[in-house]
Amino acid sequence: MNIQESKDFLVSTASLKEVRTFSREVFEKINLPQDQKDELVLAIAEAAQNIVKHAYKDVVETSDRMEIKISLKDKDLEIGFFDKGKAVIPENIKHRKLDDIKPGGLGTFFIKQIMDAAVFKKDQKEWVNHLVLTKKI
Amino acid sequence: MTYKVTEEGNVSTVFLNGEIDMDVTEKAKEQILPLVESGKEVHLNLKDVSYMDSSGISILIESHQKALELNTKVIIKEVSKSVLKVIMMAKLEQILNLE
Repeated sequence: MNIQESKDFLVSTASLKEVRTFSREVFEKINLPQDQKDELVLAIAEAAQNIVKHAYKDVVETSDRMEIKISLKDKDLEIGFFDKGKAVIPENIKHRKLDDIKPGGLGTFFIKQIMDAAVFKKDQKEWVNHLVLTKKI
Repeated sequence: MTYKVTEEGNVSTVFLNGEIDMDVTEKAKEQILPLVESGKEVHLNLKDVSYMDSSGISILIESHQKALELNTKVIIKEVSKSVLKVIMMAKLEQILNLE
């Protein structure tokens, strides 16, 4: 089954629920165990949260929008995130060590646990950041 | 997210309901942390929490650590299957008080 769906959202914490709704609607069309769908929704929501939290750090309010594109080709799931916030320096992204128990820093860890790969690409002129999450499903 | 608080003796129970994400983190913290800071034992009932992300997990960690500092307890009660999965993904099931 092949799918390609995208949607844009206001860059805001208030959009995170809408991001999950969109993701759930797309995954409803794919035959996967519910547990796996829930994990994928979590990974997408965490990546969207990172845009709001980090790419738009210190921005109180913006009219900027972020785009999420979910594509499935055969068994290859690819989820693209596009934003116009501050450029992400991939080398600076670190999830916290699990034995360092403190609030925060778990989102990236969850993404890495759930997905096969997370890569920032420099292939978009109209966007600043383009994160691609992939997973063989 | 909605919540309800009940008091019985030195125990405050916060019943959280719905989805807990970054958008509601502050609201949840404003409700939970003052109860912990008051020195009470706080029970967080999560049976009706259908979704929790890393922001929600941060609230659980912060509440737990604050309670340890103040020599009291935060106990997580009736955790829903979906939230338990996220707690386990963060490898916190041995750290947090789950009942």
